Amino acid sequence: MSDILVSEQSAAGASGRPAGRLLEVDDLRVEFRTRDGVAKVINGVTYHVDAGETLAVLGESGSGKSVTAQTIMGILDTPPGFVTGGQARFHGKDMLTMSFEERRRIRGEGIAMIFQDALSALNPVFTVGFQIAEQFRIRRGMSRSDAKKRAIEMLDQVKIPNAKGRFSNYPHQFSGGMRQRAMIAMSLALDPEVLIADEPTTALDVTVQAQIMDLLAELQRERQMGMILITHDLGVVADVADRIAVMYAGRIVEEADVYDLYAKPAHPYTLGLLNSIPRLDEKGQELRTIKGLPPNLMNIPPGCPFNPRCPMAQPVCREKLPPLLQIGAGRASACHFAEELVNRD
Amino acid sequence: MGRYLLRRLLQLVPVFIGTTLLIYVLVWVMVPGDPFAGKCGERPCPPGFVAMMTEKFQLDQPWYVQYATYMKNLFQGDFGTTWSGRSINDIIATAYPNTLKLALVALAIEALIGLTAGVLSGLRRNGFLDNLVLVSTLFLIALPIFVVGFLLQWLFGVQWGLVKPTVSAEMPFSELLVPGFVLGSASMAYIARVARTSISENRRSDYVRTAIAKGLPMRRVVGVHLLRNSLIPVITLLGTDLGALMGGAIVTEGIFNIRGIGGTVYQAITTKESATVVSIVVILVLVYLLMNLLVDLLYAALDPRIRYE
Repeated sequence: MSDILVSEQSAAGASGRPAGRLLEVDDLRVEFRTRDGVAKVINGVTYHVDAGETLAVLGESGSGKSVTAQTIMGILDTPPGFVTGGQARFHGKDMLTMSFEERRRIRGEGIAMIFQDALSALNPVFTVGFQIAEQFRIRRGMSRSDAKKRAIEMLDQVKIPNAKGRFSNYPHQFSGGMRQRAMIAMSLALDPEVLIADEPTTALDVTVQAQIMDLLAELQRERQMGMILITHDLGVVADVADRIAVMYAGRIVEEADVYDLYAKPAHPYTLGLLNSIPRLDEKGQELRTIKGLPPNLMNIPPGCPFNPRCPMAQPVCREKLPPLLQIGAGRASACHFAEELVNRD
Repeated sequence: MGRYLLRRLLQLVPVFIGTTLLIYVLVWVMVPGDPFAGKCGERPCPPGFVAMMTEKFQLDQPWYVQYATYMKNLFQGDFGTTWSGRSINDIIATAYPNTLKLALVALAIEALIGLTAGVLSGLRRNGFLDNLVLVSTLFLIALPIFVVGFLLQWLFGVQWGLVKPTVSAEMPFSELLVPGFVLGSASMAYIARVARTSISENRRSDYVRTAIAKGLPMRRVVGVHLLRNSLIPVITLLGTDLGALMGGAIVTEGIFNIRGIGGTVYQAITTKESATVVSIVVILVLVYLLMNLLVDLLYAALDPRIRYE
């Protein structure tokens, strides 16, 4: 299996778009049917991740980045969430049409997920060790003692000191950073090909954030996993990600290599995000923010959903929805004026 | 944990002394009227009998002397005798096993049916089964226990003839099913509802989502991760209920002719058998206190976040 992935990856490096992707989301559409109306949360999201690469999905809260991940994992709360279109393919097979059993086997082994708040994501009444060892026992059919040995190895790999002693601790006995490490150990237990990290550092102290991101990057490199890093923090992304997909109102508005995106954003929303990072050399000046609020997903404005907040908006932006178009090697933008943006000085 | 247990056991001492003193004073000292009234049929009691009984029950002594003597005997395992001289130890020894049997059957039935109904309806909220459970539990909660009792006795015992309408003296398990159901019916409904709420709340929790994301089979997600957390409030309820059930059941025992502690204490109250009333209530207080302790210990065993120091 891993041989195929390696060759695919090298093919990807050469031609840019190989036939077989590890994980790809294709024109995914999800809506939330609530008593107040239908919220169109995901409106045609397309992205992919290959072995050994990290895709950062960036967006404000409510942009649909987590819901996309939940749909991939098959843990979307239904109701209210319903998938209304598109595919989520793993090794070319659409997971959304699979049987529960087929999908279950992909979870953990094919695609694993790290959640934002490890305290609530770990079961409070079982020891951390039990929750890791459980996967070896249930999924691999290991004996209790073998599973325990493997679980301790996993805790060791995520650099939890005294892993053996920590095995029988409960989640509430861990510190926030240790808990997130345990969560990472749990998600990596079955050696997944893709790891989805849903805001893995948001709940942590800044100093711990860096440690966790370093650990994730290291493990991703070692294991040559595909990683989807969901975040709203541009600072986190720069060091870790290979590519970035920026989401807004349930759409990808820009996708590019990290370097390209930082150097020349091709969407006014990305530009706004980059400008709103506080900078030391502009100390004392007013922080530049994006004016306005994200659109109400029950009533997305016609045309480009970003047009009410866009400083470059023209009449065409209020009428025509700009599709996500290729604007160069490995980058795409959903803006009518993407070319102008990239080519300006 | 050991220290906690010791502290809790020590706390039982003042509570036990306080409650027994209260009961003793209420029954022996504060009851108005002549203690010998009606004790000898229509006629007043002969002076010889009065003198004998006054001496036996220390009726001429102040109440604290009476209480002290009673407690002294109690700690030697002697509950005293009735007016007619029957040993109260005997009375309790005949009645209490019956109450215990009925209580355990009731507890088992309410745990089994209540929990199953609650879990199934909690997993599929607003489904057919959920509505069925909601309506039927409302029914059980609303109906007084004697209505449920007589209704089921008539249906199963008389109309369909599936069981004997009353329980025979040997208290066979099969005959206790209907009385057990009746006794546990109201609590069963509460257990179903608590389990339902707890399951459907936890169903959406992050750790259940994690368990699914780990690729565990659904029966393990529900049977281990979801159930273990949802059981905590249910077990608490069951434990408290066991304390109440072991206090006897006057109505259910009466309907099904079970010679339990509830009927015995009721009879003792109506016949002014003060010594019997005090002794039984003392036992029930003790049982209830121990059950409460048990629930607290169970609670800590089920939820590792609770640690008693």
